[in-house]
Amino acid sequence: MSPAAVEIKTLQIDGRDIGARADQTILEVARENGINIPTLCHLDGLTDVGACRLCLVEVKGSNKLLPACVTRVQEGMEVTAHSPQLEALRKMIVEMLFSERNHVCSVCVSNGHCELQQMAESLGITHVRVPYLNPKLQVDASNRRFVVDHNRCILCSRCVRVCDEIEGAHTWDHFGRGIDCRVITDLNQPWGESDSCTGCGKCVHVCPTGALVEKGRAAGEMRKRQQFLPYLTLMREGRQ
Amino acid sequence: MTLEDLREIARTEREKQQEFPRKIHVCTAAACLSQRSDKVKAGIEARIKEKGLEKSCHVKGVGCMGLCAAGPLVSVEPEGKLYQGVRPPEEGSDTTDIVDSLESKNTAVERLKLDPTLPFFKEQVKVVLENSGNIDPERIEDYISADGYEALLAALTAMTPLEVIEQVTKSGLRGRGGAGYPTGLKWSTVAKARSQNNTKFVICNADEGDPGAFMDRSVLESDPQRVLEGMAIAAYAVGASHGYIYVRAEYPLAIKRLKTAIKQAENLGLLGNNICETRFSFRIDIRLGAGAFVCGEETALINSVEGKRGTPRPRPPYPAQEGLWGAPTLINNVETYANIAPIVRKGGAWYAGIGTEKSKGTKVFALAGRVQNTGLIEVPMGIKLRDIIFRLGGGIPDGRNFKAAQTGGPSGGCVPEQYLDMPVDYESLAKVGSIMGSGGLIVMDDTSCMPDVAKYFMDFCRTESCGKCAPCRVGTTHMHNLLEKITSGAAGEKELALLEELCTVVSQTSLCGLGQTAPNPVVSTLRYFRNEYMAHISDKQCPAGVCKTKPAAKTAEVGK
Repeated sequence: MSPAAVEIKTLQIDGRDIGARADQTILEVARENGINIPTLCHLDGLTDVGACRLCLVEVKGSNKLLPACVTRVQEGMEVTAHSPQLEALRKMIVEMLFSERNHVCSVCVSNGHCELQQMAESLGITHVRVPYLNPKLQVDASNRRFVVDHNRCILCSRCVRVCDEIEGAHTWDHFGRGIDCRVITDLNQPWGESDSCTGCGKCVHVCPTGALVEKGRAAGEMRKRQQFLPYLTLMREGRQ
Repeated sequence: MTLEDLREIARTEREKQQEFPRKIHVCTAAACLSQRSDKVKAGIEARIKEKGLEKSCHVKGVGCMGLCAAGPLVSVEPEGKLYQGVRPPEEGSDTTDIVDSLESKNTAVERLKLDPTLPFFKEQVKVVLENSGNIDPERIEDYISADGYEALLAALTAMTPLEVIEQVTKSGLRGRGGAGYPTGLKWSTVAKARSQNNTKFVICNADEGDPGAFMDRSVLESDPQRVLEGMAIAAYAVGASHGYIYVRAEYPLAIKRLKTAIKQAENLGLLGNNICETRFSFRIDIRLGAGAFVCGEETALINSVEGKRGTPRPRPPYPAQEGLWGAPTLINNVETYANIAPIVRKGGAWYAGIGTEKSKGTKVFALAGRVQNTGLIEVPMGIKLRDIIFRLGGGIPDGRNFKAAQTGGPSGGCVPEQYLDMPVDYESLAKVGSIMGSGGLIVMDDTSCMPDVAKYFMDFCRTESCGKCAPCRVGTTHMHNLLEKITSGAAGEKELALLEELCTVVSQTSLCGLGQTAPNPVVSTLRYFRNEYMAHISDKQCPAGVCKTKPAAKTAEVGK
């Protein structure tokens, strides 16, 4: 693309005037400018799905809240990324995520390195107002190196996307609907028996919680390394 | 196939039909078929043979006649006599009595008579259903003899795509799937959208999933060609050459008739390459839905057609810009397409003459629940709800009292008694907290418990949520659990407050229409029947006597 072809839009986020490329999303632009919009399903380098609904922002002229991760900037857009109303909605969504499965931080291998935990902290969540559902879900430790604990999964689908888009294996996918939805390997086989899994471990490192972890970690020991992702995406773009 | 060829087919067919002075129509749509109307038809045919009347009386299987509650229905033309609840030969002499009454006075047949001048029949205005109950849905010639495909060929030969869109815009037709988006506007957006190698798609949404709704099924079973013609006209108008009908697999008869219809239209050159010797080519494929309500949402439907998991995508981009396989895509509902041929044939102004200022034309409703005449009706927009329920519907059975009418299924709300005289149109229904929806109309009397009704719809949404976005997936489950608590008498005011908060969060933050509208039944019943909720909460009693409330030993605490 020649430099002349880059189209620039100006917009306002939380009252700040900001310039952006026309192909950027509100989320990208906000983060470039140090405005933090919370996300859980978004990850730089993966396609966005708009599933966690935490990045919802108010856009003047739209009667619906729009997900910042998939909404492209427009000239003259007036975006509100932080308001008491938005904070309240975000809190309730995160509380619902906590109530959905089993997120007992103290015994979790990801304690202290968990994006869900950090999200709750940053939103100032002190307790969960909705009743815990406490389903009894499986832990699949059949893989030689990794474990999937469905009790910790928030269905952000990062593992599904990284496996499909970056690794190209498409080992992970969704199964079931609604509250019974969960991620599966291959055709719902144990992970250890998966034919398509290359064992690369990308899914483990993009997982925001303690749902996908390396074996042999004690509570609080599992640190995720996600730095590789933007690099891999860049390499791929460079080759095309 | 040219316009002359088409008219020749119509003429031959009409002449053929006029050879018979009498015609007996037997309803062979799903509701009557489930009462073995196929056996009824065979019985009538056999009796006619016995009596040697084959030359003067033609027996025809037709589509839905509307009054499904009284099926199987049989009508005798040209007298316009109507018989209800006709049993097959092995269960009585109904079929022989009807045939015998053709020649001689047969008083035995009186017991089957149904008055065709009932308001149920007389006060309908039929546009979409004009052929239902008159033509054989499995013969294209019959459709052509009823002016079928005139509109398509007229559009192809005498109108530009822009002129077609102009007529649709002028008609004021709005999307019949529920949201009521102006059809003309949608068409012109897709027509203007540009795509790589000019690929565009037309999709017919026949994934009707609202509980108690069967309008689309009936149209597809009774007059499938009309939908194909509407789609072909749409494709010509927006510049598409390939269409899909996404129909749920639970409608086997509709699928079978659609397949037959597509094959017959292809054989006559009304679908396929260079239709009517023009440059316009159009083919239609059927895709079956695997039983997911969310696939009626347009972006989830597109995912499903693409062979992916049927989950919605964020909009924008709208399908009109980036739809099926990234190409501009026009998605309309079955009933919307079924309105197109008459609009093109008779002009947009004619259509705009029916209905109210902002809601034009007619609407098909599936009348169900606690009402005398359950079945399918087509009424002009703006008709009073009271007229639908008490005149056409014949009122509430067993002398009970009307409580509420539920429109729009799990995305809709309840209309209480004080709004019975409200005109039925998009705006008025929205004003009272319900929606037009696709046309499900469930009447409830005082034996219905409103929190229980809300619980039913929430259970539906909970099980039909795709699970992609957190608020809908978890929120609907929580709301259902809370309603369960309320209806079992185990909830306090705290639970009710939490329920109301969840309603707001789920409707504001969900990804697609399913989640955004899932709280509607709760919100609307809370608005008009809060006292019933309070009776369950404070008095631990169900006023309608539906819920098994047990005084809770201790009210469970919410949160900590």
